[in-house]
Amino acid sequence: MPETPTEPRTRRRLDMSSPVVWAASALLVLLVFNAVVNPGFFALRIQDGHLFGSPVDVLKNVAPTLLIAVGMTLVIATRGIDLSVGAVLAISGAVSFTIIDGSSDPTSPATAAVAIGTALAVGLVLGAWNGFLVSVVGIQPIIATLVLMTAGRGLAMLVTDGQIITAENPAFDWLGGGFVLGLPAQVVLTLLVLLVVAALTRRTALGTLIEAVGTNPEAARLAGVRSRSITWTVYVFVAFTAAVAGLMTNANVSAADANRAGLFIELDAILAVVIGGTSLAGGRYSLTGTVLGALILQTLTTTTLTMGVPDEYVRLFKAVVIIAVFLLQAPRIRAALGRRRRSARTSTSPAVPVPAVEGDDVRPLTPASSAEPADATAAEPTTTDQGALR
Amino acid sequence: MFKKTVVTAMAVAVAFGATACGSSDSGSGGSGGGGEDGSITMGFSQVGAESGWRTANTQSIQDSAEEAGIELQFSDAQGEQENQISAIRSFIQQRVDVIAFSPVVETGWDSVLLEAQRAGIPVILTDRSVDSEDDSLYETFLGSDFVEEGKKAGEWAVENWGSQPTYVAELQGTTGAAPALDRQEGFADAIEGTDNIQVVASQSGDFTRAGGREVMEAMLNSNPQINAVYAHNDDMALGAIEAIEAAGKVPGKDIQIISVDAVRDGMQALADGKINFIVECNPLLGGQLMDLAEKVVAGEDVPKRVVTEETTFTQEQAIEALPNRQY
Repeated sequence: MPETPTEPRTRRRLDMSSPVVWAASALLVLLVFNAVVNPGFFALRIQDGHLFGSPVDVLKNVAPTLLIAVGMTLVIATRGIDLSVGAVLAISGAVSFTIIDGSSDPTSPATAAVAIGTALAVGLVLGAWNGFLVSVVGIQPIIATLVLMTAGRGLAMLVTDGQIITAENPAFDWLGGGFVLGLPAQVVLTLLVLLVVAALTRRTALGTLIEAVGTNPEAARLAGVRSRSITWTVYVFVAFTAAVAGLMTNANVSAADANRAGLFIELDAILAVVIGGTSLAGGRYSLTGTVLGALILQTLTTTTLTMGVPDEYVRLFKAVVIIAVFLLQAPRIRAALGRRRRSARTSTSPAVPVPAVEGDDVRPLTPASSAEPADATAAEPTTTDQGALR
Repeated sequence: MFKKTVVTAMAVAVAFGATACGSSDSGSGGSGGGGEDGSITMGFSQVGAESGWRTANTQSIQDSAEEAGIELQFSDAQGEQENQISAIRSFIQQRVDVIAFSPVVETGWDSVLLEAQRAGIPVILTDRSVDSEDDSLYETFLGSDFVEEGKKAGEWAVENWGSQPTYVAELQGTTGAAPALDRQEGFADAIEGTDNIQVVASQSGDFTRAGGREVMEAMLNSNPQINAVYAHNDDMALGAIEAIEAAGKVPGKDIQIISVDAVRDGMQALADGKINFIVECNPLLGGQLMDLAEKVVAGEDVPKRVVTEETTFTQEQAIEALPNRQY
């Protein structure tokens, strides 16, 4: 360990460059840009007792991605990744619509309950499968979840016979188009899940345990953390979020499209997590950052749609953001930036401990997380294990 | 490896679909390739299953192939040109008798088509054309005339909307795809000179419901004066209907809708008064495709362009036609 115990503390005080701050400013820039270019962007109006306007659209359309991104944050914190969420989303939608379509009473709330229950159960089973492959069999997460990513859409197509299934069920459609207190039901549900996850992981030790598993699974296990069940649980949870997102996106258009629903949503979710400052190398994570990341992506899409910019520029911009984020995470660039910052500050610390710089800066420093022992082991595994992940 | 798995999974899925319901008659087919030595093998690369139209198209091709006794190698490109090119290459390696495909986008086909030509395998384009200098690279193009479809939509718009100020939101198909480009062009040509009709917003909804809904939501916020929609396919129109209803307006009245395709859900919405006019784009070209394939393999001359038969539907006609629709 090249760093002295005092070092992290000095840097924590200077942490204005934390990724969460960066993401928040990016979002702010986007919103200010909108206020200037699209004057009507922030106009809200009440229609039939519900709120309408671009900000509401952003919140509603971000809901599925954000929901999955929350689950993905925990998976990534354990040093994992789940590529299969888009497929799970498609399967969840396919299963629920097939049940409603095939039922003798397609419009009853009971049918909707059965459809929702079955879709969520299928989601949990798929998550358990992923978790089993990763935590018990020990397959690398990217490979383990790739299995379901590729096969999953085929499964969804089998369920729907390759057709787009349409069905109208008022209770079920509420998930996509309903309102709670003037806000879209999707937004409220997502907020609820977010609050529960935040409470569970930040008010209890669970969050610290997840970070410990991601920082150094072996050390965590030796310290008495049940790494295996924690890993398993996060994969089940992310599949659950994907299944809920599947119900939302498909209810939103009253149709299940096995081929296209949630296509590439895994990448958007991962991107949201990464923009939010959670390192793909695992360990420290930031739910606030993930929320900001997802909001940035959706605001970007809605902005370009509102302005009338063609679709391909949205993708281009996303690509630029990804590259920028990855550049900022690259050890050499961070080291170079750190060096410059340090020399500008008329050096208080000696020389340049490169691993210490990246090990610490890569992680967002959230106020809620305690100064756990994981911190001491943080720098080293991050640098050595990044290679294994790629 | 990964792509192959996807293709196999899709093929399995679609094959199931074919056995589950196989009653569409799809016209001629008839003579059934009996004369030649052995049966014909056709490699077909489909765009994807992005809409109800596409699945009806797939169904028609699979059923007609079976009827005509043509062995069909079916592959789903999932909307990616890359997948389609690799599918065509694998057809060439398998030495099929004829290759047919619906190009995902218009450009970038020359090299793979040249490979097919060198291997002596004739190529038939279905539904969508390619943009290539050299039209000897394919035998024939069987499909709808998308410009004509756009024109029909535009003419109806001029006739019915031309007398009052109309602000049209155009929901385009996948960027760069032939139907999107041509339907836009045809519509624009037809409404040119009618000052009352203005296209105030035009965006890609990617031919999907979710896309149509999200784009429509944004347009309603940025252009509150919109009182008409021209959607390049029914699925986007159906997504737009959800967005319009959610915004507290009445589709078909407050905001009138023209769409292209005439798939079942679209026709239902037309009959329900939520859509005002649909230009048909007939997906049941399987029978014509198999006829052409047999002729091409037998070395007969075929016209470079074969247009599928198509009509238009008003709300009244939809109510009449709906009970007899196959798709």
